[in-house]
Formats: sequence, structure tokens, C-alpha cells
Amino acid sequence: MNRRPVGALPTGLLVLGAIYCLLPVSWVLISASKSPGELFTLGTLTPGSGLLENVRELNAYRDGVFWRWMLNSVVYAGGGALLSTLVSAVSGFALAKYRFPGRNLIFNVLIGGILVPSVVLAVPQYLLFSKIGMADTYWAVLLPQILHPYSIYLARVYASAAVPDSLLEAGRIDGASERRLLGRVALPLMVPGMVTIFLFQFVAIWNNFLLPFLMLGDDGKFPLTVGLYSLLAAGANQPSLYNLIITGALLSIIPLIALFLTMQRYWRTDLSGGALKG
Amino acid sequence: MRTKRLAIALATMLAAGCGGAAETPAAAPATSAPAGPVSLTYWTWAPNMDKIAEVWNQANPDIKVTVSKQAGGDDAAAKFLTAAKAGNAPDLVQAEYQHLPSFIAADAVADIAAEAAAVKPEFSAGLWGLVTLGTESVYAIPQDSGPMMLYYRKDLFEKYGIGVPKTWDEYAEAARTVHKADPKVYLGSFSSKDPGWFAGLAQQAGAQWWSISGDAWKVGINDAATTKVADFWGGLVQEGVIDDMPYFTPEWNKALNDGTQLSWPSAVWGPGVLESNAPKGKGKWGIAPLPQWNAGENFSGFWGGSSTAVSAGSKNRAAAVKFATWLNTDPQGIDLLVKEAFVYPASGKGQAALGAPPAYFAESQPDFWQQAATIGTSARGFTFGPNVGVTYNAYKDAFDKALQDKSPFSASVGTMQDTTVADMQKSGFTLAQ
Repeated sequence: MNRRPVGALPTGLLVLGAIYCLLPVSWVLISASKSPGELFTLGTLTPGSGLLENVRELNAYRDGVFWRWMLNSVVYAGGGALLSTLVSAVSGFALAKYRFPGRNLIFNVLIGGILVPSVVLAVPQYLLFSKIGMADTYWAVLLPQILHPYSIYLARVYASAAVPDSLLEAGRIDGASERRLLGRVALPLMVPGMVTIFLFQFVAIWNNFLLPFLMLGDDGKFPLTVGLYSLLAAGANQPSLYNLIITGALLSIIPLIALFLTMQRYWRTDLSGGALKG
Repeated sequence: MRTKRLAIALATMLAAGCGGAAETPAAAPATSAPAGPVSLTYWTWAPNMDKIAEVWNQANPDIKVTVSKQAGGDDAAAKFLTAAKAGNAPDLVQAEYQHLPSFIAADAVADIAAEAAAVKPEFSAGLWGLVTLGTESVYAIPQDSGPMMLYYRKDLFEKYGIGVPKTWDEYAEAARTVHKADPKVYLGSFSSKDPGWFAGLAQQAGAQWWSISGDAWKVGINDAATTKVADFWGGLVQEGVIDDMPYFTPEWNKALNDGTQLSWPSAVWGPGVLESNAPKGKGKWGIAPLPQWNAGENFSGFWGGSSTAVSAGSKNRAAAVKFATWLNTDPQGIDLLVKEAFVYPASGKGQAALGAPPAYFAESQPDFWQQAATIGTSARGFTFGPNVGVTYNAYKDAFDKALQDKSPFSASVGTMQDTTVADMQKSGFTLAQ
């Protein structure tokens, strides 16, 4: 009897949270369906009739440069997240399972690194990359994202919980080399954690704006964020291409949604696994 | 001589501004065209510039221009300055007039007087002053310009029984009439987010926010003219007869569309904005000269406009100037600028060649370009300072606050002045009192 009001409050809060998260997405969806003429005349939540026309126009914009940006984003986010996950997993495992001089120092420096927002580093990174002549290349956006302190921290926490010392010990007794232990024993156990890191990094790089904005001068190498921004800020005397930007924003979240749906399985495993073993 | 001193005065900013051992790109010595084909990069945000460059590349296989379309506005200026500091600047860059002095102060753009001085007669004195800062140097070639005029809804002016205001007093009177007739309707809006707009109106009133005397800068943002403009708008906003929503926002677009905003003091590039943001008003808008401060006067100001500058780090300065000259003074280049990039050309010849009005105005103002050209000649000259970005941000902050607190607008002008002066002192500029 008295469970009902207790249940209503959390449910209510969750519903509010869901509305809070879904409203902007539905706004994007509805606005993307409006033709330029409808965008500022129809009511905010009234769907328009121009979605296909908008997509067609976006497709035609500068000979389909949007898809090139999309591809670039996939390269930056996919490649960066994959490399970052591997580096984080290996270094997290090493920090969790090996005792060596300087281990705590490295770990403390990493913790300190988490506290430095990457935004602060963008300009120094740009100047450094300019010095070695690598600004305005794909590497200029990929490399700075590979080493990510928070991911290494996560990997360390996950490795110490998910990889039992006794298992490694047993492997050593059976004569497995350290490399083999890492590849055959530790990494498979860490897959759920690695998926988490991959998703985190993928989303972070996909949405990153400042680093590519600074690093890249050539518009053929822009990711979606910077590319769409160039449609928005077209100088005072050029109209912003609102309908293309909104449609582009809608299309740019589709890969993220697809990624989350396909990886959801692992994500869930990870949360429950962490809850039990942590 | 004066040039030298200005350069020194300006250059002090770099030392203070960047800190650390940033490398200043060595002045490119190459003034003679190098042998063999050269390749130039060009940062711009004008639409279809890649197509225009393609036409040039076809005709000039030895100078290949690669366009990289950037985001425009204040961020573009910051990005170019950073790139120049790191030695990665493109050969050519689109520079808004108000940002050019900061590029010069950072030694980021080249003095192209030797190569480009000959094109001076192509441009009006006011525009030429914007790229020379009144010195013998030439830092860019004007590309497009934005003389200001009054856009108004012909049909609704008739409906509410108001004439086109000739003076700002008449404008205020009309604002009261309209708002009285329908409290939902406003004659116009004061935008606290568009410092360039306010600067243009101040220019019309005769303001000179920056000037160079000897080797020192003089800052006069809170001069009588600017204060007069600020108080005029402040009074109307306080009275409630003028709206206070910023331009280019969705609600402003909506108001233009549904006819609750009847006019817009804007620049010659207005048609593009109206066409995309207020499609419903097609064929209903007309243009007139800005209302004047004193009956019988005929003045305007500039809002926006940009130039083509050659970066100081470019190794192919001569080739870059050649392209910039073609783009902005050759009939073919200007024609492409107008048709492909939809700009109002800075070149006098180019302005005169404009024939058919923008489609949006075809019915309501068939002589759009002729009107614009007449109004353009009345725009007053202006010198921008080396830290316009700071001033413009101060404008947004101070006027936002004034709107919120309902405090007098003239105080906000004072804040702009103080913020600008403090920033210039911090950066090591010599200031005249």
C-alpha cells in the first residue's frame, strides 16, 4: 500500500529526466523537417514538410562535402577511439598488475591529467604540432586524443577488478609469457571495460570541436562539428544556412545512435559486472 | 615615416599578446615572382569561392589557388592569428575590416603597398582608409562593403499610416505611432548582440572610436556622437516603443516573417538575410537612406564588409597579390564575386555594373542597386583599432546588462571605452589623452 508514493517519486524524476534528454533531440528532428520558409513561421513543435528537400540540399551542398566531413568524423572518432582503447587497456593493465618503480608516480600524474580539461591543452598542442610540421594533418587530430588519462584510469580500475591475480599466476606456472598473458588472458577479460572506454572516447572525439577547429585549415579534413560550424558562422553579411545545419546535426547523431544500439549489450554487461565485482 | 611608427606602435601588441617564444614569421623577402607554378592557399567564408578560384586556376596554370572554406566572424580572426603565430597561416585570408588592425598589430598580414597601390582609384576613399588605416601602407584589397540603409515594410508602413522617416526624430515618432496602434508590433529592435550594427550607426553620427595621432592611439568610444546614438535607442527601449531582441535570432526571424517588425536599419547585404530568414516578406520590403540626425544631412555608416589580405608568412607574395587584385578589381573577378559569392563588391566599377535587383526586391524596389550606390557614397570613414574584439565583447556585455537592469545606455558606452582603454594599456600600446 505505502509502496506506491515511494515508487511514484523516482518514476516521476526519471520521466522528467527522459523529457529533459529527449526534448532537444525531438526539436532537432522536428526542425529538420521544416523547409527554410517554415523554419521560423511554423510553431516550434509542428512538423514541417521539407525533410527530404533539406537532405537533398545538404547532399548537394558544395558537391556533397557533408559526407566527406562525416567520413572524416568516422576516421577521427573510430580510429582515435580504437587506438585510445588499446593504449588505455594495456597501460591500465600494467598499472594494475605489475609492481615497478615509479608506478605510483605515473598513476598520480595520470590522476592529475584527468583534472586538466582538454580544452586548455588545445592551443599548446596546436603550437607543438605546428613546430613539428604536423598541423593540418589527420594525425594532428588523431594523436592528441589517443592518450587519455581518464580512460587509462578506468582501465586500471577495471583490470584490477576483472583480472584475478590467481589467474595470471596460474598462467605463469603453465609457462605463458607475459605478452601471451596479456593477449590471451587479460584483454579478453577486460572486453566489457574496453567497450566502455571505446564508447566514451568515440562520443568525446565525435563531439570535439576546439581541437580540430584549431588544428585544421583545410576544409577537406574537417570533421562534422567544424564543418557544420562553417555553415553557421558565415560572416555577418551571409545568411546562416539554418535548415542545412539542423538537418546536418540530425544526420550526424545517427551514427552515434547506431553505435550505442549495437554496443548496448556489452555496455550492460559492463555495468552489472562492475557492480558485482567492484 | 608615419608608417614605421605605426608599425612599431602596433607591434608592441604581439609581445604582450602572445607571451612565450612564439615565432614571428620572418618577413617574406620574395617580391619577385618565383619561377615555376606556385600554389596558394586561401581562407575565406564567402560562398562558392572555390568555384571562383577554379576559374582563375583555369586561366592561370602557374598560380594555383586552393580555397579552404572557413567559419566566418570573430572566431575566424582568432584562428588566423593563432595560425600566423604558429607559422601556418594561409597565403591569402579574408579579413573583415574591423579585424584588419589586429592582424596588422600582430604582424600577420603583409604590407602590399608596392604591389597593390595602383588599385587605389578603384575604391572609394572611405573603403581605402579601412585597409590602409590612413597610412602609406596597404594591408589588404577591399572585397565587399556594407553601407547602411533602412529596410522597411512598404505595405505595413502604409497600413499604419507612417511615412519613411527622414530623421531619427521622425523614426522615434513613427515607433510610437506603430506601437500605439498595435502593442504587439514594433517599428524595429535594438540588438545588444550586434556591435557591428551599433558601430555603423555611431559612424553615421560622426563617431571616431579610434584614431592615430603621431605614434599614439586615441580612443574616443564615449564621444558625444556615440553617446547620442546610445541614448536615443536607450530612450526608445525604456519607453517600450522599440523591441530589444537581438537580430538573427529565431524570434527575430519570426517577427520579420509575421510582420511584427516593420523595419531594420541594416547594410547593403541585407537581402540575403531577409530572403533566407523572412521568406514571407518577399516583394514587400523597400529601402531608404538611414534617418538622419539633422534634417537635410546625408550620412551613412558601414556595417560589415571584408577585404583580401596576404599573410606576412606567405612565400609567394607577388602571386598572392596578383590573385587578390584580379578577384577584387578585374571585371571578371568582380562579376564572379557578385554572381557566385553574393557579395556587394567594394570596387566602384563593380557597384556601378550591378543591374537587376535581388529577386527578393524585384517587385518592391526595382532600383535597389542604384539606391544602394547613392547611399554608399554617403558612408562616413572610420578607423578601427587593434582590439576591436575586446570592444565588441564589451558592447555585448554592457548592453545586455543595461537592458536587464534598465540602466542608461550612455553608461554602457562608458564601459566600452574603459574596457578598451584598459586592454590597450595592458597590451602596451601608447595612448594619447
